[in-house]
Amino acid sequence: MDPLETKKGYQDYVDKKSPNSKILKNCFNAFWVGGLICTIGQVILNICKERGFDTQTSGTIVSILLIGISAFLTGLNLFNKIGKFAGAGSLIPITGFANSIVSPAMEYKSEGYVMGVGGKMFTVAGPVLVFGISASILVGIIFLIFNTQSVTLV
Amino acid sequence: MKKIGKQTIKFDTPPTILECSSIVGPKEAQGPLAKYFDQTLEDEFWGEKSWEKAESKIIKEATNMVIAKSGISSQDIDCVFAGDLLNQCISSSFGLREINIPFFGVFGACSTFVESLSLGAIATESFAKHVLCATSSHFCSAEKQFRFPLELGNQRPPSSQWTVTGSGAAILSKDGNGPYITHITPGKIVDMGIKDGNNMGAAMAPAFSDTLITHFTDTGRSPSYYDAIISGDLGHIGKDIAIDIAKSKGYNIKSNYNDCRSSYF
Repeated sequence: MDPLETKKGYQDYVDKKSPNSKILKNCFNAFWVGGLICTIGQVILNICKERGFDTQTSGTIVSILLIGISAFLTGLNLFNKIGKFAGAGSLIPITGFANSIVSPAMEYKSEGYVMGVGGKMFTVAGPVLVFGISASILVGIIFLIFNTQSVTLV
Repeated sequence: MKKIGKQTIKFDTPPTILECSSIVGPKEAQGPLAKYFDQTLEDEFWGEKSWEKAESKIIKEATNMVIAKSGISSQDIDCVFAGDLLNQCISSSFGLREINIPFFGVFGACSTFVESLSLGAIATESFAKHVLCATSSHFCSAEKQFRFPLELGNQRPPSSQWTVTGSGAAILSKDGNGPYITHITPGKIVDMGIKDGNNMGAAMAPAFSDTLITHFTDTGRSPSYYDAIISGDLGHIGKDIAIDIAKSKGYNIKSNYNDCRSSYF
């Protein structure tokens, strides 16, 4: 039988025929852009600490600044260009999360502020929130069961 | 009009494609086909507030243009077959609401235009003297509906395709001196189980090849009968696959076959 006539044979043929992503180049770009973003975060953190903030407050300031910068760059139509170049490098840090919320907000603005921006803002980030929050609740319950002695509920 | 072979319809009085028009967006205007379009746009919005409104305007202007070029009054057009990619065919139904011609909404995704022409041709064999066929698509509105927001910083795999921004319209006439639509072979749905939404060419190519080969067997013709065999939307990968599948069935289409998508950009 002709391999092109079975689903399996056709899939194998298509896999061979389709060009692959340039993994090495993509990984390299993701590595140095992701590293750069994290280094910027670290620099901000160190400056904050030097100015007398404690570690936790400094971390919050880093998050706020990186989210702010990423949202601003998304608005300028620049972040998608960075993302196209760096892939996971700009997607995985908190910058990618900010972009995933701002970009649908911009896209759906034409459908109004309530049903458009409000309703569609979390179409991309929604699954991350749902499963992130669900996982944290699950972990919390496990923690509660196995650590009853050391946990005070209030 | 009669059916020949398994799937093909042969027309007794083949309808003429009387006139056609096209309007495309800025990216298409930089492609190798640029000089063949009637009008090219400088930006994707064309003065509208949303991409959907822009797409409606594009199909509206394309149909107005073809009516003007044909010299036929819109009152003499018996019906319009039109469609697009968006939910409820909103681009064509909003775009054509002022045209005052009975409207058949058509959805065939990438095959919408040929489907419109096929149904239009059948209409000319029964009740209609003139039929308007049109379709539109818009890169931004299609990405918004089917994929991700444009500003999202994701990567497109090398096999992903680019939706054309533009509209094409044609008027079919019962009488005329050609070019004629002599046969149509509506295709079956052929699903070879491709799950990668970024490799549409590979998903669609088997159906194209199946329809093409059915057309050859139904009409008793060979690929060399044709000056050109053209598929709509397979892209570079899909085009190669279509050639390979046809070859495995004993048809050599390599010399006179081309794909619109692989020539657009």
